[in-house]
Amino acid sequence: MKVTLKVWRQKDAQSKGAFETYPMDNVNEDSSFLEMLDMLNESLTVQGKMPVEFDSDCREGICGQCGMVINGRANGHLEGTTTCQLHMRSFKDGETIYIEPFRASAFPVIRDLKVDRESLDRIIIAGGFISSHTGSAPEANSIPIGHATAESAFDSAACIGCGSCVATCKNSSASLFTAAKITHLAKLPQGQVEARKRALNMVKQMDIEGFGACTNTEACEVECPQNISVMNIARMNWEFHKAIL
Amino acid sequence: MRKINSLNTTIIRKVLMALTGLFLCFFLIIHLAGNLQLLLPHEIAQTQYNAYSHILSGNFIIKLVSYVLYVSILAHALLALVLTIVNWRAGGSKYAVDKRRQVSGWITRNMGILGSLIFVFLIVHLADFWYVYKFGHPPMDAAGNKDLYTIVVEVYKEPLYVVGYVIAMIVLGFHLWHGFQSAFRTLGLYNFKYHKWVKYFGFFFSIVMTVGFAIIPIILYFRFAGG
Ligand code: HEM
Ligand code: FES
Repeated sequence: MKVTLKVWRQKDAQSKGAFETYPMDNVNEDSSFLEMLDMLNESLTVQGKMPVEFDSDCREGICGQCGMVINGRANGHLEGTTTCQLHMRSFKDGETIYIEPFRASAFPVIRDLKVDRESLDRIIIAGGFISSHTGSAPEANSIPIGHATAESAFDSAACIGCGSCVATCKNSSASLFTAAKITHLAKLPQGQVEARKRALNMVKQMDIEGFGACTNTEACEVECPQNISVMNIARMNWEFHKAIL
Repeated sequence: MRKINSLNTTIIRKVLMALTGLFLCFFLIIHLAGNLQLLLPHEIAQTQYNAYSHILSGNFIIKLVSYVLYVSILAHALLALVLTIVNWRAGGSKYAVDKRRQVSGWITRNMGILGSLIFVFLIVHLADFWYVYKFGHPPMDAAGNKDLYTIVVEVYKEPLYVVGYVIAMIVLGFHLWHGFQSAFRTLGLYNFKYHKWVKYFGFFFSIVMTVGFAIIPIILYFRFAGG
């Protein structure tokens, strides 16, 4: 199939970016979107031009590294998917495809489609962990956790930190991400010891990084590759209020 | 690294919006119940509504509640402005192609616009009734109470005003439809099982408020504008 790519090229956070047009012939329908970009980069390299920079790692939808805005939607028009899990068969032959980086003040562009998402890491550093001794793994059954609780905590823990929630949010809020991390630990006994500090510090860090405030538009839940529920955000609010009182 | 106080976070500001918003919702119920008296038969309505207004404006507790109300409206609107600015700054550069609207509802994205329209309506509304009643020279009824009833009836003889009023109530309904359930989530009062009932109730509440307030000028118009 043939497609015309309009790819956002930007040298660094300071420069102004612009779309470059790249016609692509002979794209295999069954190739993934990132493989198609690999093809583009090979041809750019052969021509002695700078390849398009973008992030990716696992390419199986679990690491959260990939992520771009394709035709105006986070990770393309499919709901609940990462960019690496998007395939060319989802596009029409002859289609023009606009590719831009995730845009938010807290996600400065490093180059082209690659953005700096360390702001999310700093939210984790602020409290998204439990403190415990290192050493051999503790006996798994010493703290009994009911199946339903474990499953529900896992639903929150499934967040891969890709930042699609921020990219699709009209307020550029990182609430779904932060909420998933806070809720995951709030649901488990291991998370109780530091629950208060965690909620306070992670929420504050979210503001310090310059993310916006949630207005419950629910766009994040639709685009989230892991279908993390917006109810996690309500739980985060609850944990935060508890921590303050 | 910049430090911030837990009480000065976006979440706390949203909590204040939610609390003021819910207080306004509560006020709307009382306000509607009181104003439905306008629809009683003409003679009863006039005496009863004017007497009711007179008692309200004299009551100490109502006075207190009215101050909470003024503060709530101003705080809610001011916080909305801060929220909008913070969120606008968080956005960074704009998407060249933006189809994000496909994944959220129009109302949820336009609460600020809906709220601003409500704010404009409130100014007009207060100027027409509240100001005239408190500071103007309203006519008196037979019982010697200020004749707010007649002021209201006169205003709603103007068809354009009725249309504007009805539109404002539809805007309010949209704002409440999203706002009511949003407030519960902002407060962290959620539950997977019951949240859908909060949503249903919010929708029902919005409809009742919109229809309830909108029928008053419509009925008064058809009752009095002709003759
Ligand atoms: C009778 C009048 C009003 C009522 C009953 C009302 C009610 C509410 C409620 C319950 C919320 C949800 C709060 C939350 O999710 O935390 C809300 C949000 C909001 N309101 Fe109002 N409001 C009113 C007037 C206004 C006015 C005058 C403005 C603007 C000038 C406004 C702007 C907003 C905005 C921007 C939001 C945020 C939307 C969101 O968080 O989803 N509202 N309102
Ligand atoms: S590359 Fe790992 S999720 Fe897409």
